[in-house]
Amino acid sequence: MNWKRVLMDRFATGFAVLMAALVVAPLLAVFGYLLVRGVGSLNLAFFTHLPVPVGEKGGGVANAIVGSAMILGIASLIGVPWGIGAGIYLAEYGRGSFASLLRFTADVLNGVPSIVIGIVAYALVVVPQKHFSALSGGVALGIMMIPTITRATEEVLLLVPLSVREAAWGLGVARWRATLSVTLRTASAGVITAVMLAFARIAGETAPLLFTAFGNQFWNFNPNQPTAALPLQLFVYAISPFDEWHRLAWACALVLIALLVGAVTAVRLAARRGVFQGAS
Amino acid sequence: MAATGVTIPLIPAKASKVPDHVFSSAMLACGLSLLAVVVLIVIELVLQSKLSIHAFGLKFFKGTNWDPVAGDFGALPFIYGTIVSSLVALVIAIPLSLGVAVFITEMCPKPLRGTISFMTELLAAIPSVVYGLWAIFVLAPLLRSYVQPWLARYFGWTGLFTGPPFGVGMLAAGIVLAIMIVPIIASITREVLTAVPQQQREAVLALGATRWEMIRMGVLRNARTGIVGAIILGLGRALGETMAVTMVIGNTPQIAKSLLAPGYTMASVIANEFTEATGDLYLSALVEIGLGLFLVTIVVNILAGLLVWSVTRGLPARVRA
Repeated sequence: MNWKRVLMDRFATGFAVLMAALVVAPLLAVFGYLLVRGVGSLNLAFFTHLPVPVGEKGGGVANAIVGSAMILGIASLIGVPWGIGAGIYLAEYGRGSFASLLRFTADVLNGVPSIVIGIVAYALVVVPQKHFSALSGGVALGIMMIPTITRATEEVLLLVPLSVREAAWGLGVARWRATLSVTLRTASAGVITAVMLAFARIAGETAPLLFTAFGNQFWNFNPNQPTAALPLQLFVYAISPFDEWHRLAWACALVLIALLVGAVTAVRLAARRGVFQGAS
Repeated sequence: MAATGVTIPLIPAKASKVPDHVFSSAMLACGLSLLAVVVLIVIELVLQSKLSIHAFGLKFFKGTNWDPVAGDFGALPFIYGTIVSSLVALVIAIPLSLGVAVFITEMCPKPLRGTISFMTELLAAIPSVVYGLWAIFVLAPLLRSYVQPWLARYFGWTGLFTGPPFGVGMLAAGIVLAIMIVPIIASITREVLTAVPQQQREAVLALGATRWEMIRMGVLRNARTGIVGAIILGLGRALGETMAVTMVIGNTPQIAKSLLAPGYTMASVIANEFTEATGDLYLSALVEIGLGLFLVTIVVNILAGLLVWSVTRGLPARVRA
């Protein structure tokens, strides 16, 4: 074999290995800094106290954690049933060019920048209400959940063999009942994975919350009022000029990442170990 | 894009019952409302930006002056910033993501494969705002003290790396964007590479090719349409990315040739100024930028979707997930 070709082969292999290393490097760098800067800043007060004004030490983001939970809850209430419903329609009823148009629409919606979704939620909810609210933030994030869940639900439902449906129909089960308690249940592993991934995608979203949930320095349990959220608080702390706030920003980031990575890893492990008994 | 798999007959044994109709209509409503949401987005964006569209017309996208006090709005600096930061991101991300995708599919030892693809996926799971935080406190100081002075000394003659090293600026934004779009380009490229039939590889190897020649002639050449699609999809993501860019680009509405200079993007200006916009025209101008961003990302995403689909359409649904 020609030595030039062998050399080229070695070079290409080396290049690919180097690129793989360079891709993994920022991940390790981000995680490393988060751990180093974040762990030292975590304490009980971080989870139980309200933010304190500039100049005071300590304080926490308890209200932002509660606010995030509220906003994400509203988003899931909107996005999960809607997304699964649209997925069921595409898999079980959708035919021909109209279904293709809907699939295409879901892909389009998936590509809309989150900040644009934020503007729309602002126009639809904040403007008529004349004030910022957790509700409008939930609407924005809920819309962002739909396309991911829809397309993934459709895919896993189509993996359920026709014979499973036929068995249900053969027993005289009504079609809607068969879809919900047989087809959807058989595919539940995939649907749960899809929901978790959609959830992980929106949990760290900040841009659409800037002018919908807006943020709040105090406790708020009313979904119709401006509400603090963990990513928003992180943003405010990060761009501030105060060291004490930077410390809190790292702590926010660590908590956020721990939640997200925990969710993604759990889903991945569960899917691999076959904890959810899927159709495939 | 159309999902393949079993085809479910429309009329099972016990059809035409009222609950069935109710259920199927409800599901249809869910599907239809998806269409309604997209239409609603367009309508709202156009309605809210009407003032600015009437006031400036097409000049809006050519004007370089952004003066909220005087009520004069031109979006060119933001368009320029969006395009340049995304291009910088692509230049950095393309070799990285193609390299890692080829490594995972063609070279990686089996036990390592899962770990590396998992780590690439984790990169996609980190929220934009966390990247921004890291970029402010780690990346920007690093660029300011080491990378940018070096670039200015040795590549200053190109005109791309002149001026004082601020750390934050176009280059920092491009690097953060690159890190964020690598997982997208890499994962789709991997799917596309997996879609290349195994016989192609075997045929080229049987002719006495080295592994690299096999990858180049047997794999990459067959997958190039899909790879271009993956890159364009990454571009679509970079164009609309907001938080991380806002935190490190410097937020200065100017058109500077140097990548070390601060800039501003369409998404960033909306994020920064929307809640502070005083006056209807100001708000309307910001929404019009949003409308422009929306239209551009839609076109880019559709183009990418068609390219990827043309390569992977023969595959079973699972592989494309």
